[in-house]
Amino acid sequence: MDEPVISLRTVRAELGAKPVLRGIDLTVRHGEVVALLGANGSGKSTTVRAIIGQVPVVSGEIDLFGVDRRRFRQWSRVGYVPQRTTAAGGVPATVTEVVASGRLSRARFGLLRKVDHVAVRHALELVGLADRAKDPVDALSGGQHQRVLIARALASEPELLIMDEPMAGVDLASQEVLADTLREQVSRGVTVLLVLHELGPLEPLIDRAVVLRDGCVLHDGPPPKALGQHALPGHDHVHPHDDADADHLRTGLLS
Amino acid sequence: MDLLNYAFMQRALLAAVLVGLTAPAVGIYLVQRRQALMGDGIGHVAMTGVGLGFLLNSSPVWVATLVAVAGSVLMELIRWYGKARGDIALAMLFYGGMAGGVLLTALAPGGTNAGLTTYLFGSLSTVSSSDVTAICVLAALVLLVTVGLRRQLFAVSQDEEFARVTGLPVRALNLLVAVTAAVTVTVAMRVVGLLLVSALMVVPVAAAQQLARSFAATFAIAVALGVAATLGGTTVSYYNDVPPGATIVLLTIGAFVLLTALATPLARRRAAADARRARDVRTPVPQDEAEYDLTTSEGPAGRHGP
Repeated sequence: MDEPVISLRTVRAELGAKPVLRGIDLTVRHGEVVALLGANGSGKSTTVRAIIGQVPVVSGEIDLFGVDRRRFRQWSRVGYVPQRTTAAGGVPATVTEVVASGRLSRARFGLLRKVDHVAVRHALELVGLADRAKDPVDALSGGQHQRVLIARALASEPELLIMDEPMAGVDLASQEVLADTLREQVSRGVTVLLVLHELGPLEPLIDRAVVLRDGCVLHDGPPPKALGQHALPGHDHVHPHDDADADHLRTGLLS
Repeated sequence: MDLLNYAFMQRALLAAVLVGLTAPAVGIYLVQRRQALMGDGIGHVAMTGVGLGFLLNSSPVWVATLVAVAGSVLMELIRWYGKARGDIALAMLFYGGMAGGVLLTALAPGGTNAGLTTYLFGSLSTVSSSDVTAICVLAALVLLVTVGLRRQLFAVSQDEEFARVTGLPVRALNLLVAVTAAVTVTVAMRVVGLLLVSALMVVPVAAAQQLARSFAATFAIAVALGVAATLGGTTVSYYNDVPPGATIVLLTIGAFVLLTALATPLARRRAAADARRARDVRTPVPQDEAEYDLTTSEGPAGRHGP
């Protein structure tokens, strides 16, 4: 299974008048787990938001499952975790209500059937929040908010997971739960593209790392060694410059 | 109940109930998007519509509806293309709408700002039977949208970026909320007036939030409070000769204060119940210990919250 799930060809994007992506090439194949790394402002989040169509693209092409992104309609195949510190809105909502909105891509006319409710329940079990299903999201901790956001993405039973900094502001216990959840998804053949600030507990899962700097791809290959070592809790910075002399052949992950 | 013997009071009460139903039903999505003041912005724009109606010598209600819809669409487009920050765009509409209304009213033949006042503060007793027909039709439309599309509107208002990836037509739904809000504003214009209409969209929702833990409960409580306040306010104003719009708004604020006072003891009881439940779950399943320890040590602090 080598078909590209995500394919970007010389994608350029601007925010305001400022070029943020300056010709990104990126291919994610079926079953791969790819991490997008880079310093703040390097274009990681913009890349992901261009893929889902939230940021307009100036030039270049984006395909999802082999279909031009502008004509792509099978959104139930994609689960998205946006960069958020909270899952709450301006009105109270229960964990189930928030996660159920992730099922809308499979529901016709917004009507949830029994199978949809079962899927929502299952998504909550996957992130270990089934016992909080009826609680308001305001009552959760930062890590639990992130688990709600991931459950919402999993509710449509996607083949592709796109996650923007899923570990930001997450305590260690929740990081472990999230790593387990992700491992389970990967073992089922789900393709994953995730933006990370540091590899952390997800490192063993990552097949390939793409490092961005100033809107360009600086490195595309095995996870850089320096990043791996610095990805311990407490290290809040990345060293994209270290990867130039990093041992690219360090691992056999990219085989 | 002698007030029901008068046809004008029957019409007034019917209009009041419909406004009490629809205003919080739309308002909840505005509050959810943290755009609580959008209704107020539309209300100000509608003032220009009323002025235009005077000038063109046509029904101010229908012209106000058209202008309010156009204004809300404009507001949505500004937000969409990010040409101005949300609060700046809103400020422009507030001032532009009010200035436009005063100017156009003054230009209208025989127009005085006294004519504008009945639209600014409502005049329930002058609701005609054709007004009631219009209010019924528009209210049905508003309820169809806000109840029928509640899951879609919830998703879009909760997290627009995520909603896009579920394939929902985010722009169309945003425009629909804006147009529905504009229609609601002009429906409520006769009951509470343009200056106070936003209160009926926001305050019942804010009051309901003090008690509710789910979106569904917030919706139900907010609509119930809206209906109770509009009916209560209309009745009080009949017997005491006070302006209905202001009475209705003060009643909703009273409900907010009351429910806020009730909320803290209620939250304490719920937190205690949750802690008991967590203990009960924890004991028989030792391997989950670590996780429950975390949740219980963090839980009460979070639950006491606002």
